[in-house]
Amino acid sequence: MLDKNGIAKRIAKEVKDGMYVNLGIGIPTLVANYIPDGVNVVLQSENGILGMGPFPFEGEQDADLINAGKQTVTLLPGSSIFSSAVSFGMIRAQRVHLTILGAMEVSENGDIANWKIPGKMVKGMGGAMDLVASAKNIIVAMQHVNKAGESKLLPKCELPLTGINCVKKIVTELAVLDVLPQGGFRLLERAPGVSVEQIKNATAGKLVVEGEIPEMIL
Amino acid sequence: MINKVVKDVNAALEGITDNMTLLVGGFGLCGIPENSIAGLVKKGVKGLTCISNNAGVDDFGLGLLLQTKQIKKMISSYVGENAEFERQMLSGELEVELIPQGTLATRCLMAGLGIPFFPTPAGVGTEVAIGKEVKTITYNGETKDYLIEKAFEADFSIVKAWKGDTAGNLIFRSTARNFNEPMAMAGKITIAEVEELVEVGQLNPDQIHVPGIYVNRIFKGEQYEKRIEQITVRKRG
Repeated sequence: MLDKNGIAKRIAKEVKDGMYVNLGIGIPTLVANYIPDGVNVVLQSENGILGMGPFPFEGEQDADLINAGKQTVTLLPGSSIFSSAVSFGMIRAQRVHLTILGAMEVSENGDIANWKIPGKMVKGMGGAMDLVASAKNIIVAMQHVNKAGESKLLPKCELPLTGINCVKKIVTELAVLDVLPQGGFRLLERAPGVSVEQIKNATAGKLVVEGEIPEMIL
Repeated sequence: MINKVVKDVNAALEGITDNMTLLVGGFGLCGIPENSIAGLVKKGVKGLTCISNNAGVDDFGLGLLLQTKQIKKMISSYVGENAEFERQMLSGELEVELIPQGTLATRCLMAGLGIPFFPTPAGVGTEVAIGKEVKTITYNGETKDYLIEKAFEADFSIVKAWKGDTAGNLIFRSTARNFNEPMAMAGKITIAEVEELVEVGQLNPDQIHVPGIYVNRIFKGEQYEKRIEQITVRKRG
């Protein structure tokens, strides 16, 4: 079974040289720590940065320079700054190649819910609806089951949706799965020490298991 | 050149009355018009509809106008980190409309470009689509559904820039640009507060982010706290 950093490490392998990538809050942010040397990617932050760098050194933080999670960050050489309108313009125009974000639920046809729990949590969708509606490649980083032990990979989402038919791949503490165009979660890899049986038990939606399922290499 | 300078924040906020709709720039606490928000608290106008990406924190930014219950309705994309906001929303005192962030930015930009409505795929198939026209459009060989969204029609825009000149030309600094740029273009009347106000001729025309034609009033903010919501740093070495 993987911890949060393990999930981030596995997702980092999906990030290819030359990509512009948007990382959501939480586990997706950790992906930046595991992108291998020699793989050149540009991180987009939807509040208006291309070329986002690491956190600043103590004392060098700048109130005018934050990421979409409102954390102080730095700029790398070659970075650029633009307005929120242009930022979502490049997302809508599909210039950003890969979006990695968290989710509360994903359905077997690729619907995602991650912005609202009616009566409990209403923080808003931020940029998530724009990202999932336009991105060509969306990877979800999340736990396979919620705190109550219920599967988050469902036949149909129960929470209010963020987007429909959009998730392409899911990486959890148990597995790597594809969302099939005709519907269903196709099991691609098992986390170290996790059996297919365990993954079956944790998946409420349709799970497609074909042949031997390899253990993931981190 | 036409001179857009007003003497202080009170003069800048002249004409803002109860029940008006205001666009307020900034992302989180980054690039918010601090002096104008303080001015609105002092002015005591009520029943405001504020369109802003976030709602500040309890004791800073738009949170100040929530404390004094001057806001009737918020239109935002993300409103976490504000306990008083949550309390007013759950009790029904405050009306809240949550919309996708890109839709919010584009509704501002389109107002500045004179385009009354536009299609966007954000929110298709979600509760954001309820009551909206849906159009199926083929573009670049891809056919998908789009929601028809409207440009904002706001009484005033209140933005904060780094530098401005007396003709109202604005330059932003780093990510404090965010919503300030499209919002500056969107209001029927745009108020800009700046950290540094210079004479015409001192800004490079090639580097202006918002041309002064969009700005009706400009003033130098008395002071800037520039509070940081989350200081994240790494250790040296």
